Amino acid sequence: MIRITLGAVSKPLESLKIKTGDWGAEYPVIDEEKCIGCGECEIFCPDLCIELVERPESKKEESKKAKKVAKINYNYCKGCGICEVVCPAEAIKMELKEIYKGELK
Amino acid sequence: MMRVVRGFYSVAYSVKLCKPNVICAYPITPQTEIVERLAEMYANGELENCEYVTAESEFGAASILVGASAAGARTFTATCSQGLILMSEVLWNAAGMRLPIVLVNTNRSLSAPLSIWNDHQDSMAMRDAGIIQVYVENNQEVHDMIPQAFKIAEDRRVMLPFMVCMDGYKLTHAYEPVDLLSQELVDSFLPPYDPPIKLTTKNPLTFGSYATPDYYMEFRVAMHNAMERARRVMEEVFREWAEVSGRDWGGHITNSQEAETYVIAMGSLVGLVRDVVEELRKDGKSVGLIKLRTFRPFPAKELRKALKDANKVIIFERSLSLGSEPPVTLDVKSAIQKMDVDVYSLVVGLGGRDVPREVVKRNIEDVLDGKTEPGLHFEAKQFEEVIV
Amino acid sequence: MKAFGSGHGACPGCGLPIAVKNVLESVAPCFVVNSTGCLEIISSQYGKSAWGVPYIHSLFENAAAVAAGIEVALKALGRTDEGPIVVFAGDGATADIGIGMLSGMFDRRHNVLYVCLDNEAYQNTGNQQSGLTPTGCYTTTTPSGKMLPGKLGPKKDMVAIALAHKVPYVATASVAFPRDIRRKAKRALDFDGPKYLQIHSPCVTGWGIEGRQAIPIARLAVETGLYPILEYEYGKLVRVRKIKQRKPVEEYLKLQKRYRHLLKHPRGYEIMEELQRIADENAMKFGLDV
Repeated sequence: MIRITLGAVSKPLESLKIKTGDWGAEYPVIDEEKCIGCGECEIFCPDLCIELVERPESKKEESKKAKKVAKINYNYCKGCGICEVVCPAEAIKMELKEIYKGELK
Repeated sequence: MMRVVRGFYSVAYSVKLCKPNVICAYPITPQTEIVERLAEMYANGELENCEYVTAESEFGAASILVGASAAGARTFTATCSQGLILMSEVLWNAAGMRLPIVLVNTNRSLSAPLSIWNDHQDSMAMRDAGIIQVYVENNQEVHDMIPQAFKIAEDRRVMLPFMVCMDGYKLTHAYEPVDLLSQELVDSFLPPYDPPIKLTTKNPLTFGSYATPDYYMEFRVAMHNAMERARRVMEEVFREWAEVSGRDWGGHITNSQEAETYVIAMGSLVGLVRDVVEELRKDGKSVGLIKLRTFRPFPAKELRKALKDANKVIIFERSLSLGSEPPVTLDVKSAIQKMDVDVYSLVVGLGGRDVPREVVKRNIEDVLDGKTEPGLHFEAKQFEEVIV
Repeated sequence: MKAFGSGHGACPGCGLPIAVKNVLESVAPCFVVNSTGCLEIISSQYGKSAWGVPYIHSLFENAAAVAAGIEVALKALGRTDEGPIVVFAGDGATADIGIGMLSGMFDRRHNVLYVCLDNEAYQNTGNQQSGLTPTGCYTTTTPSGKMLPGKLGPKKDMVAIALAHKVPYVATASVAFPRDIRRKAKRALDFDGPKYLQIHSPCVTGWGIEGRQAIPIARLAVETGLYPILEYEYGKLVRVRKIKQRKPVEEYLKLQKRYRHLLKHPRGYEIMEELQRIADENAMKFGLDV
């Protein structure tokens, strides 16, 4: 038994249940030391999976640069690499996912 | 209030009483004067809480109404012929989105050759779109049908577009006495449109999703079910209308006579066929009229019942399905399958060709007298085809 | 509630979500009307909508008219305070199949922000040429061969077409400059009547580029003068994105598979010269060079 709506109307933001994080072979890693909290990666990210968050209290002392730091939601990141390219502080590096490492046998 | 008015006015005045929120159309003969009358009413401030929009095409007009209807507006347009065909992509879409747009189609033939005159080929081409189709006999019936159309289309059990079909020129341009409805009567009959869902920032729904093969079929079956439910809703509304207005136009079909041979007619031809049938009955012929009002959903059960004791049925077709039998004939045959009734499909009056009394009478008499074989016949001139 | 959410099905590196989320950042809550195309397919599957604002998709060619219908309905129903109406339509939907209805919407002065997402071909159906495909571009319907060097003829000038309709706010933007998109979408809403914003947006598959290159390539389109970033108010050019050191178009072309045939085709040099001439003319006409 399935339920269907009047005229195929859909509820908002049901896409959130689609985890696109397994699409890509690579994933971005943020070097929190280098991150200047400028938000370039957030504003560009096509998958809306980067947000600026408060730097943890313990680390605020160490980093004099910014109170905020970029954080990636890997549930949705497709690994396009745009964030790495647009980051002005070279704080993001794309890395190959473990499962793609090694020779094909 | 009895007045002698033309068909356009009868439609426009009734639409006004239904208090639509958005009216949108594109001129096309012989519909134009309906929307001209509505434009005048709008210009004179007679349409409250209503926007009148001039579209750049019928495609645009129907599309504007899709947006308006989805946003929760009561919507109206009028068109015919090339305009209806141009709208067809939008109308299929509107039906699938379950938008209860009401339109009047002033039936006109299709090009080529270009013809501005009346037949039913345009609305018949929209047969499978998921649009309710009712054919009216005169300008009082169209006047009365508009409020019923809104009420049926907007019923939550239905939620489908509704097309009122009136014969171009024969009705649109004809002067007839029409008992114009009062605002009080229409207000008491037709509540304001209150859609179960609409586009609003207060509840941000996604309209017009696409469906994968996992779901598409169920949506189309749901439309079919809505069309089936519309049968009952229409009967309820027809009965209610008879009570409040004092005019009973009958059900999906009307027939009151016992007969061995029945004649099925639609639209403005009904009046003439009724007269001829009366005359033949006076002469002792066992012949009766079936007026087919509702074409979609098709009243198969009602026809089966009406024809249960009949030997012959004559269908005056105003349309063709090139390469097959005409649309009404196909549906009638499907309705009465396994019944022992001979079917005579007589195609008359395409492209505005006059259908005079003698033609109707001769065709019926020839069937009654056994001079016509069952099957498809054209009331056309003899012709020879040449290249140029 | 977010106006546009994660989990949509855009290719990695697609420019469309960048354009959309930044427009919505400035205008949501709003009504969104979307023509058939990539954006619609990646965001509106039944039961998987990526939209957090009221959204409607009707057909390929009628987004402008559907938006007009919403506008008049809200007016008639006294609900104009619910938010602005935004169209997202592709370049084919805008410049080709839907141009009649766009013209009608402009002409009737509907209060609608029309955003053309310009990825320069019918990408949803696999890269066929549209009216906004640039000269010399390879598409599957303008392939290069013995006879043809890719698309012949110029990219349709939609900005001029919008201006000819006396559209009070007309602008171009690029996903390479998302803050500019935000500012323009916000500015557009200051104007009564129709607004036209055309946003250049790379298509990873159609252009033959890697996702990570999308932004640098979009930036090069601007920096070569091929995609001038303009802003008109009441028909007057009020602002352009200036270029410090304009780059030769070849730098932009050679990075994309859709132009690579020009390096080998007998008429390739001629086409590249033509594209350089277009860029030079843009620079002159709009005063792009610093």
